[in-house]
This record gives sequence, structure tokens and C-alpha cells, in this order.
Amino acid sequence: MVERHHAGESPTAALPREPAARAAPEPDRPVARDGHPGSPSRRNGQKLLSLGLLTLAVLFVISLFVGVGDLSVRTLLAGTWDAETMRLMLVSRIPRSAAAVLAGASLAVAGLLMQMLSSNRFVEPSTVGTTEAAALGMVVITIFAPDASILAKMLFAASFALLGTLLFLVLIRRLRSKSSLLVPLVGLILAGIIESTAYFVAYRNDLLQSLGAWSRGDFSMILQGRYELLWIGLALAAIALFAADRFTLAGLGRDISVTLGIAYERIVALGLVIVSLIAALTVVTVGEIPFVGLVVPNLVTMAMGDNGRRIVPVVAICGAGLVLACDIIGRLVRFPYEISVGAIMGVAGSLLFLILLSRGRPARG
Amino acid sequence: MIEAAALTKLYGKARVVDEASLTLASPGVTAIIGPNGAGKSTLLSMIARLLPIDGGRALIDGLDVTRTRGDELAKRISILKQENGLMARLTARDLIGFGRFPHSKGRLTPTDYEKIEEALTFLDLLPFADRFLDEMSGGQRQRAFVAMVLAQDTRAILLDEPLNNLDMRHAVAMMRLMRRAADELGKIVVVVLHDINFACAYADRIIAMQGGRIVVDGPVEEVVSEETIEAVFGLPVMVRDVEGQRTCLFRA
Ligand SMILES: Nc1ncnc2c1ncn2[C@@H]1O[C@H](COP(=O)(O)OP(=O)(O)OP(=O)(O)O)[C@@H](O)[C@H]1O
Ligand SMILES: [Mg+2]
Repeated sequence: MVERHHAGESPTAALPREPAARAAPEPDRPVARDGHPGSPSRRNGQKLLSLGLLTLAVLFVISLFVGVGDLSVRTLLAGTWDAETMRLMLVSRIPRSAAAVLAGASLAVAGLLMQMLSSNRFVEPSTVGTTEAAALGMVVITIFAPDASILAKMLFAASFALLGTLLFLVLIRRLRSKSSLLVPLVGLILAGIIESTAYFVAYRNDLLQSLGAWSRGDFSMILQGRYELLWIGLALAAIALFAADRFTLAGLGRDISVTLGIAYERIVALGLVIVSLIAALTVVTVGEIPFVGLVVPNLVTMAMGDNGRRIVPVVAICGAGLVLACDIIGRLVRFPYEISVGAIMGVAGSLLFLILLSRGRPARG
Repeated sequence: MIEAAALTKLYGKARVVDEASLTLASPGVTAIIGPNGAGKSTLLSMIARLLPIDGGRALIDGLDVTRTRGDELAKRISILKQENGLMARLTARDLIGFGRFPHSKGRLTPTDYEKIEEALTFLDLLPFADRFLDEMSGGQRQRAFVAMVLAQDTRAILLDEPLNNLDMRHAVAMMRLMRRAADELGKIVVVVLHDINFACAYADRIIAMQGGRIVVDGPVEEVVSEETIEAVFGLPVMVRDVEGQRTCLFRA
């Protein structure tokens, strides 16, 4: 476990002077273009959705008031709210909370897409090589073009992620037996190979520290101006919602998709691009956060089924809530020190996942 | 209208489907029979553009299946495969709704809802409409997939062993449904059957396959004879007319 002083807002750390941040972000309220009017699953879905949004809003407010800096609800009530506290709020707390929400939502959606594309419930970007390939991409671009803009670096990393994911899909298409556990296993092996390659290259080029930051999810360095790329993730999640029917059908397999007139290869390609971009975005800005993409879609599909149109919004909100909650816990357990969100999620996620497995959830079906 | 001209599928050197030709121009129920591995599923999959074709051509309403846009073909031909659904935690109603995709592209209209309800009713699925497929019995799930094909509402319908998992009552209901689809709605139904008696009772025409070839193709009375069935399946059988119904029994 990593613990470090809160870099962004330790009382002594000078806050960068930047213009005021935007207002607190609310996740886009998804439009339910839903199936049968008045069907029970639909009503359930909407109840879950509003409940999720409410929980997320509460977590967001809590997140705003947890930290080392002198900023609590008490200061708010006592009226000692001055320009300095305002700046802390705008430059650090709001961006940090927003980053957690955006990263969580997009990672959870990426996990869901990955599961649909490979028709297997036990995969997510960080267990099939996507995330590792993105980190490798960052290492490579940092060696060859260290001064490139962050956007350019991210896009380069995304292209690596795309290749890594493509390799995974090609591998599993070739598997004779698509046994449910073989698919995630192949993913883990591929991820391991790519990860060691990244470490080797980073080691040779003295970039181990940077690679550490990319592969360990952590929000403590998030400040205004350093997380905005993550908004693209939300836009990508919205695209996933827009194409949700097609992704759901892709999850049912190539044959059903083709029979219903869907350009299967094209929808898989779209999914790959979305997943790779989201992986690269989060690696670049906050580092790898494991398990969100695995646990959240599994819990949601167990409760609500696989109909993408219905579950994409719920998956996004639950992902955001889970990551935000883990970040808050990470800030609280060893106050005033922090435990990175990656580590907390590693514990929480693996526990949740073990529970899922022990309930005997089949990988397919 | 379904036309196959010398359709061929190769796996390595094996000619799994060997120059199979057939034309189905008018409404009716056509049964395909033949032993395991005869190439029935492969033939249907090629016609429905699910498998690449290694030789010959398949046309639906005169459109070459390898060159026509997928969404155009989806309004003309539908297929139920022998095995279905990997990730299928969908409700029966949702699944059947997806059958409307070629027409509605996901924005269901009142007509679509009507068709969905109709398909649910036809397949006796109303009690399970909002249950997840993975919480249904094999036969209920099979019916849900057939209902989806029905909801797609294409003129040509290919069904690969739709009686899988069905009890006798539902098997008969399924065959009657096909009959109605052909007689009342003018559908061209092609169905792979293993029970020759169902083929006798409900099909207009029977195509028998063996080793990748179409060996017999004709009306029921012509195809279902002791010599033909014995030749196709390599099994001694008795063929009798029982109360006017052509019946085929294996010899114990
Ligand atoms: N992917 C494949 N690679 C190699 N051979 C294959 C492949 N798929 C099918 N075959 C072979 O092609 C032949 C025809 O298979 P097909 O599924 O069309 O038979 P079928 O008539 O539908 O049989 P069944 O009654 O058992 O469903 C079989 O011998 C099968 O082993
Ligand atoms: Mg077959």
C-alpha cells in the first residue's frame, strides 16, 4: 500500500493560481428511451437510477469536505468561508471529486462494453491488456516525444490500447473451446506480458517512476487543469448509451447481430475504440483503477439484466459512486495520510468479485 | 424467394456442403432432413449469410447475400440457429423486441409493440414475458428465440431444429404455427427436423441431405418411403399410413 502526504492540498503546499473552475459536475442525466411502457423492469430501472443519482450526489458533497486542507462543513457554517477556502474548493476539491466521478463512470462503462464484445462476463480493460498496453504506449511516447502535448500522448497510448485489445479479441476468436474461464485467463496472460514489456522498457529508459504513476490509480495529484481530459470519457460513455442496442446484440453473438442486419464488425470496432480511449484517458490522468469495470457491470447485470439501453446509465452511476466512495475511504482511513484509490479499489473490488464468484455466476449466459 | 445455386462449403478438403441447389419461390413449409453432420445447418447458415460461401451463389428475392447490405437482407430473411445466445440475461419481451430491430432500428413504434405481443401470444410466452432468459427452462427459451424470429417478420424464415427441447404439445403448436405462417401470412418457411413424422404431418416439401449433398427433394408422399428413408439414414424403417397420416417408425 502506498501512503503519501496529500500532495495537492497539504496546508503548506502552494496552490497554483488558476482561474476559477467550473461548477460541480453532475453526470449527464441519461434519457431513458426505454422498452415496453410500464413494464416492471423499466419502473425498477428508473427507481434504481434516481436512487443512484441521489447517492452519488451525497458522496460528491462528502468528497468536497474531506481532506487535509482547512475546509469542512464547520467552516462553511461558521462563516469563515473566505477566498482561500473558495480557491481550495475550486482548484482541488471539486476537480478531484469530478475526476473520481468521471473516471469511475467511464471505466465501468468500458468494462461493460468489453464484456459485451467478448461475450464473457469476467473481463475488463485492465485484465485483457488494454490498460497495460495504454501504459506501454505512454512509456514509448515519453521516450520518443517527451514534449508532446498530453492530448497527443493520450491518443498515442489509446492506439496502443487498441492494438492490445484487438490482439486479445483475435486470440479468443481463435480459441477452440470458448470455455468461460479460458477467455479471462488468456486476457490475464496477455495483460501480464504487456505489463512486463512496459516495465522492461521503462526500466531501460529510467521511466519506472512515471510508469508507477500510470499503473497506480491515485487522485491526490488531481488539480484543476489536470483532469479535464476525463470529460471525453463521459462523452464516450454517452456514445455507448446511444449505440446500446447494437452493443447488446453484439453481446448475443455475431450470428444474431448479422441476422438482425447489424454491421457486427463495425460495432465491435466502435466498441474497441471507446474502450481503448477510456483506458488511455484514465491511465494518463489518474492511473489504472482495477476492478471497477468488472464488479460494477456484473452487479448491475445480475440485478437488471443485459439490456444495454437500460443498464448503461446505471453502470455509469454505480461506477462513479464506487470510485468516489473508495477515494473518500482512502482519504479517511489513515488521516491525514492517504491510501491511493487503486489500492482501496484493489481490496474492495476483489472482495466484491469473490462474492460474485462464490454466488456461482456463470461467465456466459 | 430463396435460391441456392451449387452452394458449396469446404473445411480443408472436406466438402461439407457439396453443390447444393434449391429454389423456394412460393409460400409453404419445407423440411430439411438428414443424419447428423449431413450439412443441414451449414447450408442454412450460408443462405442466411452467417457463413462465408466457398462456391455457388445464394439469392434472397434476387439479391446476392454476399453483396447486399445487411440491414436490407434483415427485412427479407431471418434464421434461428441450432444454438443461441451467449450473454442472454434479457427478458423474453426485450429479446423479441430486438427482433423488430431491422424495422425500427431500436425506436419501437406501436406497430412494433403489437408484433411483440403477438409473438408472445403465439408462442405461449405471456406468463414469462418479463422473465430473464437465463431463468427459463430450455423449451421456454427456445420458444422465446422463435418468437424473436417471428417478430422479425420476414418473408423467408429459416429454422434450424426449432423443436429442440420442446415437449410434444409445444412441438405440435410450433409446427401448426409454421403452417399458419405459410398459409395465412404467405411465409416461406424452411425448417430442419429430425422427427420425420413432424415433417410428414406439416411440411409441403421435404429435402433430404446426406454427406453434404441434397439427395432427395420432393413432396412428402414421394420422399417418405421405406427405400428413400433407409437410404438416407442407413436404418431400416417402416412407413405406414395411419388414419391417413404418413408415419415412419424405426424397426426395433
Ligand atoms: N467449423 C468447422 N470446421 C470443420 N468442420 C466443420 C465445422 N463446422 C461443421 N463442420 C462439419 O461439417 C459437417 C456438417 O455440419 P452441420 O452442422 O451442417 O451438420 P448438420 O447436418 O446440421 O448436423 P446436425 O443434425 O448434427 O445438426 C459436419 O461433419 C461437421 O463436423
Ligand atoms: Mg445442425
